[in-house]
Amino acid sequence: MPDWGFGLLGGLMIGCAAALLLLANGRIAGISGILGEALAGRRLDEGLPFLAGLIAAPGLVGLASRAPVIAPAAPLGLVIAGGLVVGVGTRLGSGCTSGHGVCGLSRLSPRSMAATGTFMVVAALTVFVTRHVIGGL
Amino acid sequence: MRGLTAGLSGALFGLGLYVSDMVNPARVLAFLDVAGDWDPTLAFVMAGALIPMAVAWRVAARRGRALCGAEMPGPPKGRIDGRLIGGAALFGLGWGLVGLCPGPALAIIGLTDANGWIFAASMIAGMLGWGAAMAMRSRPA
Repeated sequence: MPDWGFGLLGGLMIGCAAALLLLANGRIAGISGILGEALAGRRLDEGLPFLAGLIAAPGLVGLASRAPVIAPAAPLGLVIAGGLVVGVGTRLGSGCTSGHGVCGLSRLSPRSMAATGTFMVVAALTVFVTRHVIGGL
Repeated sequence: MRGLTAGLSGALFGLGLYVSDMVNPARVLAFLDVAGDWDPTLAFVMAGALIPMAVAWRVAARRGRALCGAEMPGPPKGRIDGRLIGGAALFGLGWGLVGLCPGPALAIIGLTDANGWIFAASMIAGMLGWGAAMAMRSRPA
């Protein structure tokens, strides 16, 4: 199967997972929202099983298939800085790729369209600067 | 019941990230690198994910309540403010620097090395720091 086929299949699985959480639990499958709520000790009855499944399922499949290590290639300082701004930014902006990108865009929410457009453009600009202006990162 | 469906949803979400290769920072950065050797795979991931969710929102509007009895999330609020755009811009900066957003950062915990764990820990620290700052702000002076 070509890469786009795996992308489409994986995307359908993500969409079905989000649809299940919405229709069964009445909850939006935004990862930063679910993680942020769980860290604050709220809605743990749903948040902990969701996060456990999210971590365990790919971990077990990767282990069973002896998959190679998947890790960011950025230098340590950028990994830490990147993690911090992703954490602060997703809470400040109330969502990430899943909450705004998948769940919000699919209901044509104006806020999610604005947020998704913003993080896509800023991320693409960041990659442009690090790869084509500064280079070597 | 709510815990079971939440666990199933999380597992399917994680497997979808894995199958689509959205867990791979190199592929994410190749998608974001529109001026380089562009990799369109993540556009297919997004398209695939939007289809079931668009159907689910229609079903949700007709049913009114979730299977567990909970109320459905309210209609989207239209206010686009500096907090939304500023937060999204910060998130985009970190996403573009490293190639990981919150879902993949968690999904690779069992597959990654120290660099991946440090990213997840930094992300959690950022969320906790934001929560602590908000709690201090809302406390009466």
